[in-house]
Amino acid sequence: MTLLNLVLALPLAGFLLVLLMPREKPQIIRGVALAAALLTFVLSIGLAVGLRSDVPGAQFVTDVIWIPSPEIHYHVGIDGLSLWLVLLSAFLTPICVLISWRSIDKRVKEFFAFLLLLEFGLIGVFVALDLFLFYAFWEISLVPMYFLIGIWGHERRIYAAVKFFLYTMAGSVLMLAAIIYLYNRAGTFDYTAILGMFTSGRLSFSSSEQLLLFLAFFIAFAIKVPLFPLHTWLPDAHVEAPTAGSVMLASVMLKMGTYGLVRYCLPMFPEAARTCAPWIVVLAIIGIIYGALVAMVQPNMKKLVAYSSVSHLGFVVLGIFSFTQLGLDGAVYQMLNHGISTGALFVLVGLLYERRHSLEIADFGGVATAAPWLATIFLITTLASVGLPMLNNFVGEYLVLQGAAQVNFRWAVYAAIGVILSACYMLWLYQRLFYGDTPGEVASHMHDLNGREWALAVPLIAMMLWMGVYTPSFLPPVTRANAAILEQSRMNVRFHVALPPSAPYLTASEAPHAR
Amino acid sequence: MPADFFPKTVELLRFLPETILIAVGALLMVIEPLAGQRWSKLYGHISIAGLAAALLAAVSAYGTPGPAFSGMLMADGFAAFFRVLVISVGILVVLASYRFLDRERAETGEYHALILFSVVGQCVMVAANELIMIFIGLEISSIASYVLAGFLRDDKRANEASLKYFLLGSFATAFFLYGIAWIYGLTGSTNLAAIRVALASRDLAPSPVLVGFSAALMFVGLGFKVSGAPFQIWAPDVYQGAPTPISAFMSAGPKAAAFAVFLRIFMGAFDPIGAGWEPLVWLSALLSMTIGNFAALTQSNIKRLLAYSSIAHAGYVLVALAARSETGTAAAMFYLAAYALMNIGAFAVVTHLSGKGERFLSVDDFSGLAARQPFTAALLTIFLLSLIGVPLTGGFFGKFYIFKAALQSNLVWLTVLGLLTSAVAAYYYLRILVVMYMHEPSEAVALAEPLGAGMKAALVLPALGTFFLGVAPSAVLNFAMKSAVLNR
Repeated sequence: MTLLNLVLALPLAGFLLVLLMPREKPQIIRGVALAAALLTFVLSIGLAVGLRSDVPGAQFVTDVIWIPSPEIHYHVGIDGLSLWLVLLSAFLTPICVLISWRSIDKRVKEFFAFLLLLEFGLIGVFVALDLFLFYAFWEISLVPMYFLIGIWGHERRIYAAVKFFLYTMAGSVLMLAAIIYLYNRAGTFDYTAILGMFTSGRLSFSSSEQLLLFLAFFIAFAIKVPLFPLHTWLPDAHVEAPTAGSVMLASVMLKMGTYGLVRYCLPMFPEAARTCAPWIVVLAIIGIIYGALVAMVQPNMKKLVAYSSVSHLGFVVLGIFSFTQLGLDGAVYQMLNHGISTGALFVLVGLLYERRHSLEIADFGGVATAAPWLATIFLITTLASVGLPMLNNFVGEYLVLQGAAQVNFRWAVYAAIGVILSACYMLWLYQRLFYGDTPGEVASHMHDLNGREWALAVPLIAMMLWMGVYTPSFLPPVTRANAAILEQSRMNVRFHVALPPSAPYLTASEAPHAR
Repeated sequence: MPADFFPKTVELLRFLPETILIAVGALLMVIEPLAGQRWSKLYGHISIAGLAAALLAAVSAYGTPGPAFSGMLMADGFAAFFRVLVISVGILVVLASYRFLDRERAETGEYHALILFSVVGQCVMVAANELIMIFIGLEISSIASYVLAGFLRDDKRANEASLKYFLLGSFATAFFLYGIAWIYGLTGSTNLAAIRVALASRDLAPSPVLVGFSAALMFVGLGFKVSGAPFQIWAPDVYQGAPTPISAFMSAGPKAAAFAVFLRIFMGAFDPIGAGWEPLVWLSALLSMTIGNFAALTQSNIKRLLAYSSIAHAGYVLVALAARSETGTAAAMFYLAAYALMNIGAFAVVTHLSGKGERFLSVDDFSGLAARQPFTAALLTIFLLSLIGVPLTGGFFGKFYIFKAALQSNLVWLTVLGLLTSAVAAYYYLRILVVMYMHEPSEAVALAEPLGAGMKAALVLPALGTFFLGVAPSAVLNFAMKSAVLNR
């Protein structure tokens, strides 16, 4: 039993435990959920500590046969790419439990059960190394999120929940077809084995086959990211979801899509990925600018944050499809940054909603006078989100832009417009919420942070600072994993990957060889 | 007296499940007029005991596999698989019927006897190795089902359902019988193996046009029985009008048996002309999936919705048939088992909620079920997720195996289109989940009584089965793979 199995099993155990508890004791249920989530997080830190830098490939591996025929393995492991996403999921779940402590008062048992099941599914997606297992976790994570939105959401929750489910389902059935097709050709679902076959040339697809397979995976991931124009489910889902649902959705669930792009689309179908890259980059840039522009005019603050996600995730996709070390590093770093800062934004919006029971920006104003600490925390998060140096998003955006500029300078120019726009909409939001006159309702409802709220705000702020100031804590394993993926994605492709001027964490043997 | 005047003991053992069921069914028919209403509570128990004994007999018959009665029956793995399946369906339906019959004051031995006879017919169908035997089994099963559909005599809906089912059903059976006559004329045999030999040999093979025509006739008959498009029109009306436990029964047992016959005839006897019938099945599969899934989107009556969903699921199984491989046959077998479990479960919840006179049958009547009866709602959730095809349920693995087999046979388009329609299907199953979890309790839910013991068993057993098939499908699949060889 490796540590990774424990990290994966704990949320599931928590889920079952919560299910068995009597529903009349909500306080105990909350406690159990918090304990399970915290314990998972503590154990997951062990993964970061234990991940060795001198071993290539996945670590903490367990590989046992689940179903003998067709051979499906329970094959899990982590590398630098999945490590931080697992930690992000484990880090945010306790925060989600805390944020829902008071605000969820009906069907408490089901809520926390679903939240833990969601964590199980999400961690599973990031650690699965068997395509079938990956698909199973991918679908499993869908169900609890559907219920979280549909039962505990706001007015139009049902519409949003069903739309969310159907969009994802439509994408994932195509991916299922592609996975089965791959299996029929390769004879295995094992991700590492399939990659090995590609490398050794024992398995190869014609260009058109590769393109179709790539698209089948890509569409499933692009819906999840979401990439313009497949993003329309996102604003609905975000606005209608309860705070914890929004946080998990934005911070972790969207990363399932970008993670899938990096993990599966690039190394398995390199030729098709490169053929499509210019088109995808165009969509990503449209998403960056479009998301920012639409965010600017939103009267509803949750919707504003949701559209800002479309914009931020555009950066991630741009970085991935730049096929440069810097771009990929930036993309992965940006996934984590977005997870922390947008997660924090949703938490803070949730706090505002709990006090004022409104999401309309026009209903607020002058909150800074009534709740100065809340305003301070919100300000730091806002600045992080717009990419102020010393805070986390700056690092990711900078790396992505640098990576994009290495390939095509114009991409970087267009994408940079998004950075400017993000400053506009975020600062304007801040101004309208926190400055100006304080209406009577705001003054009477708005109290400052209590102990529980401090407990969930401080870790988030600390992470923003840490990730913004000292990247060497996080980036080296990511760089190593990305270098391996880039190397794999050059198989059978005549394409020159320039060794970036600065890849300081790579040893000579790991650096992609210029061809 | 010649030595083989009596059949051999081993042959009788291979026919034991049917013998037991007939004996118990006849016993029920005799007890009822003698005992009257006094023993009415007992009939269900008796029929469950009979079915359980038949289940054991079906398993033990597999201990000595082989032909019986001059090769008319074939008690092989394939037969054992489907016998166990249809008998289990019978048990679950009887369990789900206890409270229903009590509520409708229709607790008679007749009902149980008819179910037993129908199961007998299905057992004969799945074990038959000979067209006339298949036809006899089909008729035994169908006639009992016609009566069961109209069992609530005073209910106009049930009368309509029964009449419609009977008329269209006999019409379809006639097609099937006409096909048998043609094939007998063409090949000189009704034995499946002999037909196969005749069709495969170059010297004996009759005109392909005539063979194709007779295969098409049989396809019409069987297509009707499995409610595959374009012969699906009857299904929604009949499922809606029939008493709910009987709808559950018809959608699982007779359908599985008809598919078993489908597989035996088309994968066995008609294997040599496979390239000819494959396009037919291809088209029928696509039509079934499309019509079923899209028509279900707009249904407000839960029984109609499940009827359309059952048409769509017949489409998935037809995809497995179109794959024309042993993997496909095994996938179809696995799917039918998974489908029987999840569908009976879903119909059982409908039975539970419908109330006296089956008043509450609209999707909205499920509103707020989760608030009042969280356990029932959770079980229905499992069945619905399985029908959608979410991982860790039997429904998911069923679909997975079917489309895997289809891709192996290069049916790429059918796979893609099929999977896309199954994504559409998620919508109407989700509608039930939505009202159940996200709406305020309805009148039906407020009036619903707690789960009785029989109903609990009829829900928990399929739920466990669905989970089992979803987490550890190997055992069942391996058995199916082993017994999927039909063309020897």
